[in-house]
Amino acid sequence: MSAAPTGAMPAITYNFAYLDEQTKRMIRRAILKAIAIPGYQVPFAAREMPMPYGWGTGGVQVTAAVLGPDDVLKVIDQGADDTTNAVAIRGFFEKTAGVATTTATREATIIQTRHRIPETALSEEQILVYQVPIPEPLRFLEPRETETRALHALAEYGLMHVKLYEDIARHGHIATTYAYPVEVAGRYVMDPSPIPKFDNPKMDDCPALQLFGAGREKRIYAIPPYTSVRSLDFDDHPFRVQRFDKPCALCGAEGVYLDEVILDDRGGRMFVCSDTDHCEGRQAEGHVGEMGVAGGSPSPRPSSPRGEGVAGGTPHLSPRGGGRPVGAGEGASGAEKLP
Amino acid sequence: MYVAAKGGETAIRNAHKLLAKHRRGNRSLPSITLDQIASQLTLAVGRVMAEGSLYDVDLAALAVKQARGDLIEAIFLIRAFRTTLPRFGSTLPLDTGVMLVRRRVSATYKDLPGGQLLGPTFDYTHRLLDPSLAEAEGGEEGSVPDSADGGIDVQPPAMPRVTDLIGQEGLIEPSPEDDGGEPFDITRAPVSFPVDRATRLQTLARGDEGFLLALGYSTQRGYARSHPFVGEIRFGDVEVSFFAEEIGFEVPLGRVQVTECQMVNQFKGSATSPPQFTRGYGLVFGQCERKAMSMALVERALRWSDLGEERSAPAQDEEFVLSHCDNVQATGFVEHLKLPHYVDFQAELDLVRRMRREMGADDDMQEAAE
Amino acid sequence: MLSQAESASREALAPGFADAVFDAQAAFGAVMWAMARPGLTRAMPVHLAPPAPLAPEAAAVALALCDYETPIWLDPALAASSEVARYLRFHTGAPLTADPAAARFALIADPSAMPDFSVFAQGSPDYPDASTTLVVQVEKYRDDGLLLEGPGIRGRLGFGADPLPADIAARLRANRALFPRGVDLVLAGAGRVAALPRSVTVLEG
Repeated sequence: MSAAPTGAMPAITYNFAYLDEQTKRMIRRAILKAIAIPGYQVPFAAREMPMPYGWGTGGVQVTAAVLGPDDVLKVIDQGADDTTNAVAIRGFFEKTAGVATTTATREATIIQTRHRIPETALSEEQILVYQVPIPEPLRFLEPRETETRALHALAEYGLMHVKLYEDIARHGHIATTYAYPVEVAGRYVMDPSPIPKFDNPKMDDCPALQLFGAGREKRIYAIPPYTSVRSLDFDDHPFRVQRFDKPCALCGAEGVYLDEVILDDRGGRMFVCSDTDHCEGRQAEGHVGEMGVAGGSPSPRPSSPRGEGVAGGTPHLSPRGGGRPVGAGEGASGAEKLP
Repeated sequence: MYVAAKGGETAIRNAHKLLAKHRRGNRSLPSITLDQIASQLTLAVGRVMAEGSLYDVDLAALAVKQARGDLIEAIFLIRAFRTTLPRFGSTLPLDTGVMLVRRRVSATYKDLPGGQLLGPTFDYTHRLLDPSLAEAEGGEEGSVPDSADGGIDVQPPAMPRVTDLIGQEGLIEPSPEDDGGEPFDITRAPVSFPVDRATRLQTLARGDEGFLLALGYSTQRGYARSHPFVGEIRFGDVEVSFFAEEIGFEVPLGRVQVTECQMVNQFKGSATSPPQFTRGYGLVFGQCERKAMSMALVERALRWSDLGEERSAPAQDEEFVLSHCDNVQATGFVEHLKLPHYVDFQAELDLVRRMRREMGADDDMQEAAE
Repeated sequence: MLSQAESASREALAPGFADAVFDAQAAFGAVMWAMARPGLTRAMPVHLAPPAPLAPEAAAVALALCDYETPIWLDPALAASSEVARYLRFHTGAPLTADPAAARFALIADPSAMPDFSVFAQGSPDYPDASTTLVVQVEKYRDDGLLLEGPGIRGRLGFGADPLPADIAARLRANRALFPRGVDLVLAGAGRVAALPRSVTVLEG
């Protein structure tokens, strides 16, 4: 048709941390209201980001709005710094904001996370930014925003208790294992994002500031430091977290959340820390699990890429082959067969 | 022992190299140019501009090329670019009544002022694969005029809108009132339900063609049937103007090509008010008739409460339709399921195992296996 | 025609942020942490020289957070200065409003004459965030006067600032009673900011 390209492409430049300043102000105002009304979902005009909805656009916008040049950023997905989406988001901020990044929980001023809270206790002045897919805790009970908004306004959370109680009647347990609803500061029921309920107690009275961003659903919410966060439960069915029978096979840690790794097709499996930074730190301190190796150096940080790379969401551990997993990468300090 | 398999960054870098290689395809063939895309894949470019909400042929062609022909990916690229652009303000309303019409058909009148103009259309083509297109085509011009202005009439005939003609007799409801204020901008503020008409139309205009097609189709099959007639579909060029406060007058910004569909729907009336037809409206960038028609059907279905109708069907459910019609949102959230979820899955595994243990199910299985 | 004095003052418009990106981020960071830790003061790292009686700390808050989307209400002390209005209009683009209920931000230079919180937007039960943020200029902070408790406060915390209305404790209690509706206060002055969001409970004071 008539409109032919002129061939002249516009020069494309981006602001610090990608977002323009007006967008940052809009998000910052939403963050302030979110902090002032703990657990309440503040609507915000989420922008389209250069990564897909559902892949952390809300968390990325919140991080971009709070991030300063002196911040040190850590990004985790499933507890790990080296999962592909965590790598991609960390790379986005390295590129657009030039900020320092780290994998060490203690060194980070801002930690963006998907699905986990780090095992290392967070401290004052740290910010934990959660990526949230569905911010509305009542969404699966009542799909309409118009309805759920009214329920929150009235603090009418009977529906949620009925759901949890139906679980107990049917299964003998509350069958919610992640995205387990919490009550914040005695008022709003909130979705903690799909973290395992194992992590819920870490939110309570946490010294760090917790910010939640849902890009596709255009909501921001927050838990200020030192705020009461209670997982919903019943007197006769108190809230309990998952427990693992074994410690981490690599670092021997107990009382941490573990990933299950399938070793072969004959039922062989091992359990290892989901939090890679925590696990590596323990290994460096000399802790050894039943499949770890004494004096073995922990795996190098993902920020120093090496090896031929493996496709997909690189798990913390990537055993390959049937029953005879082999180590990948040159940092392997003596790959051994499983005991 | 195990060693951690690291290398997420390397894997990503390698994956993107492979992607670039596959995008380029066979290197013994020339790379497709943006001119070729813009001039020969016009309808793809139009869809990308419409659902990308950015009228820029060059960028849309670039996006189609970069996306390897995946139009939702191309729309996504355009949206991500669009969001970084500064906003200067709202243009004056487009006047489609003075469109430079390239195609115009009405299903309600055999003839009407300005006439029917078939223009470039797949309608009435026999859908037979044309092997001659497999050969390189020559560059010579055919004898067909490109547009209305190059047609038989030197002076293009006036083409009043069909709904305006019906409206002169009072036979169709007037177009819903517009207060002339700046419309709500769904790209700059969060939407809350219920929405006004401007918000609804904006959301539908950038909504997924396939989703709206299916919903529009459902209204024809009785799920909120509205007895639609295509009052008119017109496609052509309209001028875009901006009122500049500083200088105090209108400044023309250029022309865009749009497709407009005005549906004339089931009449209504009561003991006190005489019967009138109702309307549904569709407008999109580029030549996207399927989209404009689907939009008009869905728009009409969503107006059930204005028109005192019952709500009974999915296409009438404003929150459902508007919350799910955006393909960039939808594709992101559907495709995010391929991201690792092993932390959550582990939590579910643990619970299922525990509950099975309590029921003794695993013992039974064990026995059955042995 | 501008008078000579007017054109001179026009040239002398006090500058805004030296660095639009990083100063805004730093000023916001101070306010965010103040809001997250009610009753604890936070250094305002950005130093402006706005026209009096607008305080530099309050100006930094306004420039960091206000724009064409956020109508600003000025208290009579600030509204009396056309220089202040011009400064804010120029550097933020925000409209100024005489209607406190329409304001997203209210700047208050004379806290002792501060109107009742009820004249400002308090949000609705469905959208409690649609409320005014009050930026209140103070001269000094204290660690007594009010005993505070609530989200963001570890245990309990003594806090005060001067000048504030004599009945500030009663006002904050009334504000808390509206929760989740209510206004949020950002106190600004003496090189620092502090906040009293609606979530704060005043135990004594």
